[in-house]
Amino acid sequence: MQQRRIYLDNSATTYTDERVLQEMLPYFGQVYGNASSQHFFGRDALKAVDKAREKIAAAIGCKPSEIYFTSGGTESDNWAIKGLAHARADRGRHIITTSIEHPAVMKTCAALEKEGFEVTYLPVDSEGIISLDELEKSIRKDTVLISVMIANNEMGAIQPFRQIGEIAKKHSVIFHTDAVQAVGNVPIDVVKDNIDMLSMSAHKFYGPKGVGVLYKKNGLKIGRFMDGGEQERNMRASTLNTPAIVGMGKAIEIAVADMTENNAHISALRDYFVSQVLEKIDHIYFNGPKDMSKRLPSNANFSFEYIEGESILMLLDMAGIAVSSGSACSSGSLEPSYVLLSVGVPIEVAHGSIRFSFGKNNTVEEVDYTVKVLVDTVNKLREISPLFKSVKGESKYV
Amino acid sequence: MYNDKVREAFANPKNVGFIEDADGVGKVGNAACGDIMEISLKIKDDVIVDAKFRTFGCAAAIATSSTATEMVKGKTLDEALNLTNAEVVEELEGLPPQKIHCSVLAEEAIKEAINDYRSKRGK
Repeated sequence: MQQRRIYLDNSATTYTDERVLQEMLPYFGQVYGNASSQHFFGRDALKAVDKAREKIAAAIGCKPSEIYFTSGGTESDNWAIKGLAHARADRGRHIITTSIEHPAVMKTCAALEKEGFEVTYLPVDSEGIISLDELEKSIRKDTVLISVMIANNEMGAIQPFRQIGEIAKKHSVIFHTDAVQAVGNVPIDVVKDNIDMLSMSAHKFYGPKGVGVLYKKNGLKIGRFMDGGEQERNMRASTLNTPAIVGMGKAIEIAVADMTENNAHISALRDYFVSQVLEKIDHIYFNGPKDMSKRLPSNANFSFEYIEGESILMLLDMAGIAVSSGSACSSGSLEPSYVLLSVGVPIEVAHGSIRFSFGKNNTVEEVDYTVKVLVDTVNKLREISPLFKSVKGESKYV
Repeated sequence: MYNDKVREAFANPKNVGFIEDADGVGKVGNAACGDIMEISLKIKDDVIVDAKFRTFGCAAAIATSSTATEMVKGKTLDEALNLTNAEVVEELEGLPPQKIHCSVLAEEAIKEAINDYRSKRGK
């Protein structure tokens, strides 16, 4: 029998939509000019890049001149945060972020701390949301930047980013947001939402890998990220990746046009999955916001007590179900997820955490199969675990 | 990242359980670190006649528990005490470098179970 292949790791990456792929193909073999060249080969490529830039700008409500193409979310985060910090170092050296950012923001902030910048890592409540009061109280005279993600990659918690934008504006502090998980799922208008800089990555919304964008408000000065040619208004050197950029433009156009429909389908699957799991498996934590309107439609994150996440992942993998244990980037690390620890999941329980992230192609039938396999997997591993002593449904750590 | 032998030992582990009238029990690791291994032994005339395990941990921890319990069955206590984690890893035809510590846990659990047996016997 053909091995099943069910993909429930759409927060790690998505497949490239067929319409996106078709849009990209001519830019490999036919329209292959360098978008910076002056001849007609180059002009044709530039035309396609400009069109993509317009689509991306329209999707988040900014001007095309405020869009800078990068290699992805990590580069955009690095550039925005380091670029702003260095450009404003004479005004102040204090940055505010959260304790649940993606490593692309966390480690960038840590690198700045080594240079002498001070960073406040705001805690989150038990559902992964920051306190706006605490944010406002943390702002000092020398605060130059607030960087808070719109939606968390592990638990899907959506921050009150519009209010964060208002607070930042009120105090004249620059607001950067890592919107990598949010674009295509959460409506964003950078002007109304008072966002000064925003990072995104195409492969999270059915576009190609290796291309992203930094939106930077016109007039806001940050340093160049890479030295070299004069691409991107002399701000980001390197030949433009025309096929990927074209793909990103098409992907965001589709994502925004289909957002309501996709979110309805994906959140219905997710809600059904969550209710089935909670009904059929005991001794589990449902991590992140319980109010589903405060989390990404795709995300479900559980900690299964008395068993370990990698074992769960492996057995699901063997049954043809792809999920991730914490953040995919941290697999291989032995430490449990800092994101789950920061919402108060006990360390021994955090080890048993799995993220299921649904996509637009998943089906109810796939959810049913996954629930069935998951129940068997959890039972099997608990049978092996010395921590789980089931006596008439009672269990405890020993 | 795991080879087929490790995957098989993990997916279909042998000797799962706890020997209720065990002669020696060893339990090592802790939940905060993400792995606990408990090995129980039945010993007759200084020979391990049965071995069972219960493990909380990753696939490598479960695979090494299964393999280590298989390897010590039929061995004398002195032979079992000489079992090294390297031999368990070799039997599994290798583990990823970051998972080697799991095999150390299996070696330690067996040693602790034998020590438990010997201390109970007053030796």
